[in-house]
Amino acid sequence: MISALPQRSQQMERAIRWRRSLTNHFVTGLAVLSTVVVLVPLVAILGYLLYKGASSLNLAFFTKVPAPVGESGGGMANSIVGSGIILAVASVMGIPLGIAGGVYLAEYGRGGMLGNIIRFTADVLNGVPSIVMGIAAYGLIVVHYKFSALAGGVALAIMMVPTITRTTEEMLATVPHALREAAFGLGIPKWRTIMSISLRTAMPGIITGCMLAFARVAGETAPLLFTAFGNNFWNFKLTEPMAALPLQIYVYALSPYDEWHRLAWAGALVLIVLIMLSVTLVRLYASRGTIKGGH
Amino acid sequence: MNQPERVTLPTPIIAPAGRTPEQEPPAVAVPDQPSEIRRFLRECGSGRAADGTFGALMLVSAFSIFVIVALILWVLIHDSQLSIHTFGWKFFGSSAWDPVNGSFGALPFIYGTLVSSLLALLIAVPLSLCVSIFVLDICPPVLRGPISFLTELLAAIPSVVYGLWALVVLVPIMRDTVGPVLEKWLGWTGLFAEPNFGVGMLTASIVLAIMIFPIISSISRDVMKAVPIHQREAALALGATRWEMLRIGVLRNARIGIVGAVILGLGRALGETIAVTMVIGNHPDIVKNLFNPAYTLASVIANEFTEATGDLYVSALIEIGLALFLVTIVVNAIARILVWAVTRGNSTRVA
Repeated sequence: MISALPQRSQQMERAIRWRRSLTNHFVTGLAVLSTVVVLVPLVAILGYLLYKGASSLNLAFFTKVPAPVGESGGGMANSIVGSGIILAVASVMGIPLGIAGGVYLAEYGRGGMLGNIIRFTADVLNGVPSIVMGIAAYGLIVVHYKFSALAGGVALAIMMVPTITRTTEEMLATVPHALREAAFGLGIPKWRTIMSISLRTAMPGIITGCMLAFARVAGETAPLLFTAFGNNFWNFKLTEPMAALPLQIYVYALSPYDEWHRLAWAGALVLIVLIMLSVTLVRLYASRGTIKGGH
Repeated sequence: MNQPERVTLPTPIIAPAGRTPEQEPPAVAVPDQPSEIRRFLRECGSGRAADGTFGALMLVSAFSIFVIVALILWVLIHDSQLSIHTFGWKFFGSSAWDPVNGSFGALPFIYGTLVSSLLALLIAVPLSLCVSIFVLDICPPVLRGPISFLTELLAAIPSVVYGLWALVVLVPIMRDTVGPVLEKWLGWTGLFAEPNFGVGMLTASIVLAIMIFPIISSISRDVMKAVPIHQREAALALGATRWEMLRIGVLRNARIGIVGAVILGLGRALGETIAVTMVIGNHPDIVKNLFNPAYTLASVIANEFTEATGDLYVSALIEIGLALFLVTIVVNAIARILVWAVTRGNSTRVA
């Protein structure tokens, strides 16, 4: 006899089913609701940024240096150029180092103990606050020298290296092994294989990774506070304090003047548009004429 | 045996009159004998020396990550010697922050950092989990792309822009609309009491929550995606509703990774500087009231470092930086280990 299963009354069955279905609908509703709740501030930030920024932009913003307190007008031309210079310094130092580190992890240190330790350190370094990088660059350079664009570039470069290392490694891992074996079979030395086969195949992905790192540091204010320091005038020397767009936005946002708030919004819009524009342009340029990688 | 009886030789091509085959340009260009320099370079490039040099160069670059960590640690320890020797461990237990009289203690900043980060997690974690569930299992496929894109966009906005938005838009809302409501209904808890300036712990936590939402949501989504599909199918086959399937089949299997994602978000919140500095009010107090201005480890450095006068003041700020560095390293290491434990073996990318 198999009638050992306890019989539930019809009513109880119905009650349980009703409760389960209610919980299910409740959770579904909760998920929909929270998505809406999250999307509201996002749309609000973007909309407000576009509205305020676009209405505050004018030609002077791109051609003039900041006006002294009490005078209206002025722009952020020197900050835009300064940001460009500091980011160029950071990229020149950070990108080759990061890519080379990624090549080591993907082509030499695969599965080894050392590779795993380096990978882990890179991931942890990725999460270190940017302000700490600022203090480190201050202690390394500014203390012995002075506030300078170079120190700002070093702080940003330190932030770029771990990100680029990890994305380069991941991109190289997607290059089919058969390509490398074919190259080895032709008697091509390993360094040549890496340079002309692996890196070339993975190049679009690596460039995307570099641009993500670039975009991340381009908006950073904290590491520049006591390295590049900011400057209200034109400066093209790497050894002098230099203005940067995020720094100038920070200073203007905290000021009590409406005029400067207006400029801060315009600066925020220009910063985001410039970041996105440079990322898109580089990626478009890089995606031409490359071998498609992947599985 | 297999040899043919007779081999027919190809008939020689008769060159047209007047031109001998020697004068014909070769179909494939035969390069000249390479010069001495070229040959030397080519031998270098294919020899063992080139491979060794290249490998060593890559190894040195990879080691630069260790060098960076070591340099940061060394600089922070070296520059904070004065403060470490003057205050010792009392530095982290004292709540006095009086630059004029030269007494420094980090307790208010530790308190501010912990409370603001935990509050931010309290707001962001349930929301991000719900959004991950929504995107993975509930929403129509048409919406999946746009929502993911929007959340990634949220991650791309610079910190200073969040601060600007919070200062101009969020602070008045907190002061005039949300604040009074909270005070009326929850004032008895003592957490929400006058005076409410709009800037303070609660506003900073909300901004932090918005900022850490993308990282928690994207990683927990990756982790949930990494759960084998059989788990879902098995739960559904047993007659589970969608929520039961998610609870039994997905959330339970992904819980370690989700904890990792949450801790990664915590690491981000602990170190977030600029946006917090702009809205937290920057006042070293330890009070229960969440409307009260507060201070965090990162924001005190950002706010006071450039105007710090005196070696002891600077050294105390650098020691705060050292504490922040060590705490975030430990937090991130724990988070990475947890996330790796879940996604290892999958091709899921963890940002």
